[in-house]
Amino acid sequence: MTEQFKMDAPATARRLDDMAQGLVGAPLDRPEGPLKVTGTATYANEWQVRGMVHGVMVRAPDNSGRVVLANCDAVEKMPGVLAVIQDDRLLRNPAQGTANKAPIQGPQHAAYLGQLIAVVVAEGFEQARHAAQSLQVQLENGEVMPVDPATAAVEPQEAKTLDQGDLDGAMKDAAFSVDVTYTTPSHSSSPMEPHASIASWQGDDLTLRGSYQMLKYNRNELSDALGIHPDRLRILSPYVGGGFGSKLGIAPEAVAAAIAAKKVGRPVSVALQRPQVYEATMRRSETTQRVRLAADAEGRLTGLGHDARVSNLPGETFAEPVLQASYFLYAGENRKMSMELARVHRLCAGSVRAPGEAVGVTVFEGAMDELAVQIGMDPVELRRRNIPEKDPESGKEFSSRRFLEALDSGAETFGWANRPGVKERREGEWLIGYGMASAARVNVLMESQARVTLTPEGRARVETDMTDIGTGTYAILGQIAGDMLGLPRDAVDVVLGDTTLPPASGSGGSWGAASSGTSVYLACEAIRKQLAERLEVDENDLTLKDGMATFDNQARSLSDILNGDQIAKLGHVLPGDTSEAVRQATFGAYFAEVAVHAASGETRVRRMHGTFAAGRILNAKTARSQCLGGMTFGIGIALTEEMAFDPRDGHVANHNLAEYHIPVNADVPQLTVDLLEERDDWANPLQAKGIGELGICGAAAAITNAIYNATGVRVRDYPATLDKVIAGM
Amino acid sequence: METNLTINGTEQRLDLDPRTTLLDALRHHLGLTGSKKGCDHGQCGACTVMVNGRRINACLTLVCMHDGDEVTTIEGLGQPGNLSPLQEAFVNEDGFQCGYCTPGQICSATAMLKEISDGWPSHVTDDLDGKAKLTAEEISERMSGNLCRCSAYPNIVEAIRKAAGENT
Repeated sequence: MTEQFKMDAPATARRLDDMAQGLVGAPLDRPEGPLKVTGTATYANEWQVRGMVHGVMVRAPDNSGRVVLANCDAVEKMPGVLAVIQDDRLLRNPAQGTANKAPIQGPQHAAYLGQLIAVVVAEGFEQARHAAQSLQVQLENGEVMPVDPATAAVEPQEAKTLDQGDLDGAMKDAAFSVDVTYTTPSHSSSPMEPHASIASWQGDDLTLRGSYQMLKYNRNELSDALGIHPDRLRILSPYVGGGFGSKLGIAPEAVAAAIAAKKVGRPVSVALQRPQVYEATMRRSETTQRVRLAADAEGRLTGLGHDARVSNLPGETFAEPVLQASYFLYAGENRKMSMELARVHRLCAGSVRAPGEAVGVTVFEGAMDELAVQIGMDPVELRRRNIPEKDPESGKEFSSRRFLEALDSGAETFGWANRPGVKERREGEWLIGYGMASAARVNVLMESQARVTLTPEGRARVETDMTDIGTGTYAILGQIAGDMLGLPRDAVDVVLGDTTLPPASGSGGSWGAASSGTSVYLACEAIRKQLAERLEVDENDLTLKDGMATFDNQARSLSDILNGDQIAKLGHVLPGDTSEAVRQATFGAYFAEVAVHAASGETRVRRMHGTFAAGRILNAKTARSQCLGGMTFGIGIALTEEMAFDPRDGHVANHNLAEYHIPVNADVPQLTVDLLEERDDWANPLQAKGIGELGICGAAAAITNAIYNATGVRVRDYPATLDKVIAGM
Repeated sequence: METNLTINGTEQRLDLDPRTTLLDALRHHLGLTGSKKGCDHGQCGACTVMVNGRRINACLTLVCMHDGDEVTTIEGLGQPGNLSPLQEAFVNEDGFQCGYCTPGQICSATAMLKEISDGWPSHVTDDLDGKAKLTAEEISERMSGNLCRCSAYPNIVEAIRKAAGENT
């Protein structure tokens, strides 16, 4: 039986507050932790599949032309080689998140340098690698392709355009105004586990063990790419070694493994090499962003503008949604927004953790800091004054929004009152500065299903094709089921990452926990009702705790009530009217202290604090960890991360972890995080909102604003590497 | 190429393609997939194992170079239900999220604590002669060869401090 629920009205019952077990919200350890710390959690390329052979992919050496494998015959004769495959169905680039169908296919023509155009299969990994390296790929009749977004042809994005009031007039009449242009480079998700798939066929049925974030969509994307019915395909991803957007859509290695396994008649593993992850998965688009702010004498915004240019490959519709939070974060009557998409032959642009806000809020918050400096106002106070009463464009109410409290509480915790003036504090060779920025991210509910089974022994099993990419899904789904059914955490088993299980929302867009959590909640609620029916009591009068049901001054164990039966229910949540009725978002504030070396311009983050409000927190430990991760991405964006593209052919010049600089342990101080108590009835029956990306949405600006405070240098071209800082000092 | 070595206390006789790295020997030929391949370039530390007590990147060395060596991998440090103090502390402090870098972090930390107790200084150690203090700065410096994109760094540091405290 399915318990289907559409989110059409606020869920004011707040039932999780009334559950006696007390698991939801508690900082419980991840149940899969012992597997992960002992190396016994099985990631994609670790399944021991009998008879498995290895495939290594081969890339296009330029960005245009017809692909010719010049020495294919010779490579096929190399030791151990089983096949050299250039099948029409190979992907040009990965599918975008929630695409649900195959992306552009065809390895015959190169569209960008690094495109994966063939796969070489051999008995041994070393043989396959050598053969792949030996394959000579030539490109015939190549042309000179645009690779520079600054000069490439652009397409306006009409749907993103807004022109409300008269911004030009507001800028002219403003007591204070800022008109600045910032740039951010491309970023790479750089998950620690490279994309990998093992494909094995049993007749016409395919099993793919992969590393993917959204299995429901991935199954449709892969079956569409292969030309098989989705029912013939099973994808397994119980453990995913990081995604950050790069594993949202089916990627080239999965299709290659499936085709190769069919061709050689054996299971085939294809793992991307680290440079291939950089060259042929996804990048966050670089951005050019102009921000205009007009304020009156008291620092109240009278107008704001945000215009952005981003880029992508021809044929891809994804455009980094840079303006996403600018539509609602601050007040200001006169508003102008626009976006354009440049067509370039660089690798595909897609979702990297918090597409849009990660760089959009960051730049906007830099401009807000510039305005505060100009007015001579505390940057926290400038933000406080510009919190809009209602959504400034639609006039809709906000759902829950503890933005003001996050600003005030964060400032207090950090010690913001002690901030130095610009270039005021020096400790030896180090210049010390404080900076802050707001955090904002849209909140989304997605369709999701889960089955919960209460067994005759009084244990619960949660089953869904939802993934845990490090986010804490195993932990929180068990906590929700445990609370609703009155079971200790270790009496709940959570099974994830298998497309034979009910289809979930997948992990992405910060919607996974709330969406899949709600489906579990719904299934459990249906089980509670059935238990109540058996006991002939009102479900609301039933208290479940530690495997016991208490009602009407009686207590009975669940196994006694079940009397040998099991109860299985499917929970199914659908987004509804509340998505449109109000503006739903998460908010917060970041505070950072940096030290900038007076002689070299090197910046060290000394302290960093974040206060966030994201509805009900489902697990205080894993939620905090998500924020730590987001803030660290912010440190990377602020100081080190940049994909460098060769201006001649658009290839990624720093395609490895030694040259694409993600923060290392020594770059990250002991960050602190506060999570505010909040319930959002408009979001879902859990009153929870997404938190996986909030920690990155503006974080970098707190650091670059602190650099300004320390040095008086405003870097508007991210990242703020030492050469840029020292040039202004 | 024949190689005899001891892995987690068990003698292994291997006869592999001479191009096989220690990491691929573990993962592809011995079923020991706890050691992770994050980059295959010695840049991320996910494959960190201990060879004769020293931490190394298993992707940067060929298995045939280890005849007679003693290799310890994450599987040799503890198992579910029998965790080492560091493994336990990583679970309690949430010193990981996706878990992919974690075995490398824990192997690295195990060897790192030994380096400190043996009196090895680091770039940030004030006193080159005495035993380094287990400050957050000292741990971060010594653990910076192990990347974590989920960025559990603050929790990794706490986990190591807690585990080391229990030992001393």
